[in-house]
Amino acid sequence: MSTPQLKFIDKRPGDKSQGPFVPVRKGFQVRPPWGTGTFKAEAGEAYRVSTEVTRSDLWEHFKCRTSSFRDDYTVRPGLYAAGNPHSNSDVLVSANYKLSFDHLRRELKGLDVWIVVLDTKGINVWCAAGKGTFGTDELVRQITSAKLDRVVDHRRIIVPQLGAPGINAHTVRQMTGFRVHYGPVYARDIREFINAGYKATPTMRTVRFNMADRLVLTPMEIYPAMKKYYPWYALAILVAFGFQPAGIIFRDAWQGGMPFLLLGLISILAGAVLTPLLLPIVPFRSFAVKGWIVGIASLFVASRFPLFRQTSAFLFFFTYIFFPLASSYVALQFTGSTTFTGMSGVKKELRISIPIYLVCTVVSLLLLVIYKLGQWRIL
Amino acid sequence: MEDFMKYLAGVASLELSAERCTGCGTCLDVCPHNVFALENKKAVILDKDLCMECGACAMNCPFGALSVDKGVGCAAALINSMVTGGEPTCGCSEKKDSGCC
Repeated sequence: MSTPQLKFIDKRPGDKSQGPFVPVRKGFQVRPPWGTGTFKAEAGEAYRVSTEVTRSDLWEHFKCRTSSFRDDYTVRPGLYAAGNPHSNSDVLVSANYKLSFDHLRRELKGLDVWIVVLDTKGINVWCAAGKGTFGTDELVRQITSAKLDRVVDHRRIIVPQLGAPGINAHTVRQMTGFRVHYGPVYARDIREFINAGYKATPTMRTVRFNMADRLVLTPMEIYPAMKKYYPWYALAILVAFGFQPAGIIFRDAWQGGMPFLLLGLISILAGAVLTPLLLPIVPFRSFAVKGWIVGIASLFVASRFPLFRQTSAFLFFFTYIFFPLASSYVALQFTGSTTFTGMSGVKKELRISIPIYLVCTVVSLLLLVIYKLGQWRIL
Repeated sequence: MEDFMKYLAGVASLELSAERCTGCGTCLDVCPHNVFALENKKAVILDKDLCMECGACAMNCPFGALSVDKGVGCAAALINSMVTGGEPTCGCSEKKDSGCC
């Protein structure tokens, strides 16, 4: 059995046609700039992809890392080609999140391979595998709908290793005849993996978490904290300081509240940025403890500035109880982004820390109330 | 494996049955944290504290020799499930307010 050589129709300059691609957002990316042409595959028209990542791709990656933009950033599932693949070319599997797909295609320069993109609802390979959307059923479905058994003569597919939590290789083989080879963790090792005869070294099999890996994740740690908690906190602080017997005084709200609004920001940054960056050097394994340590250290540094010097004992205790715990809570959220924290550990942390957070939040509020009552000379 | 990439000690739910293991080595291929090694043609757990409970090994072991309580190791997801009483999900696939992964 052999497949005739594919006819690639190269993209003509100025061609604005949509091709087989569905725009993911209104007014945005009508045609994928990385589609260099189309080809007729067994199951219909499909794209050949560029292996170049352009400046506009990088800008979109930046947006993926810094905003909820990433939630809509999908690639259409199905079959793609890189280079001039033929019936004996390798088949690589990826997720339909733009960032995942781009990480793969930019490593394919000079290779002739097929790419099968699974519908992971715009989620990266590892997370999707954890949820099961990058899973056995979806892989079987895409292999079948692309008629992969007629596109290639061989029966091997390369699945990223981090897809393994969702894929049962044994079942895939039983249902489709294709044998799953687990590729390297990182797309940058794919060429070496193929050249070595589908063998990964232990280094290729190991996930890492270096400074740059952690740094790119920090904006999406700040974002939810700022969105979910900070507005309520800011409101509470402004009301607490602005509330006077004469009514809400905006000048008091701002003058009294501003240092605390800033301390709130500092505690979020301590938990969402400093703790992830300093992860290897902050003692203890618990993220709640790490966050608390970084939080209180940041507070000590901040307290050297006259703006944050507390004259009231109640506000002093409020500051030192509340802010380190806020950092701790935010740092604990980072467990969702690391490459090494597991559910049993997070559950244990939550069992211990949630009651502490709740009690201390109540105590903090009481301290604020007592401070206010003292200020009004009620106490 | 860098030393800091170890989470809480003694909590991982990973279990390996030596009787069922045939030493095929699939778990060594899929584990992203080098938890396993082959000794005398059987898989052994080198350091359970390295396990992040992703479930890749249990999913791919052809002989059912591995079990792990897999789930999202994500505080936001688990807090969500405590509040709503539902399954822990990060809400990523709901395409709204995705705070993690």
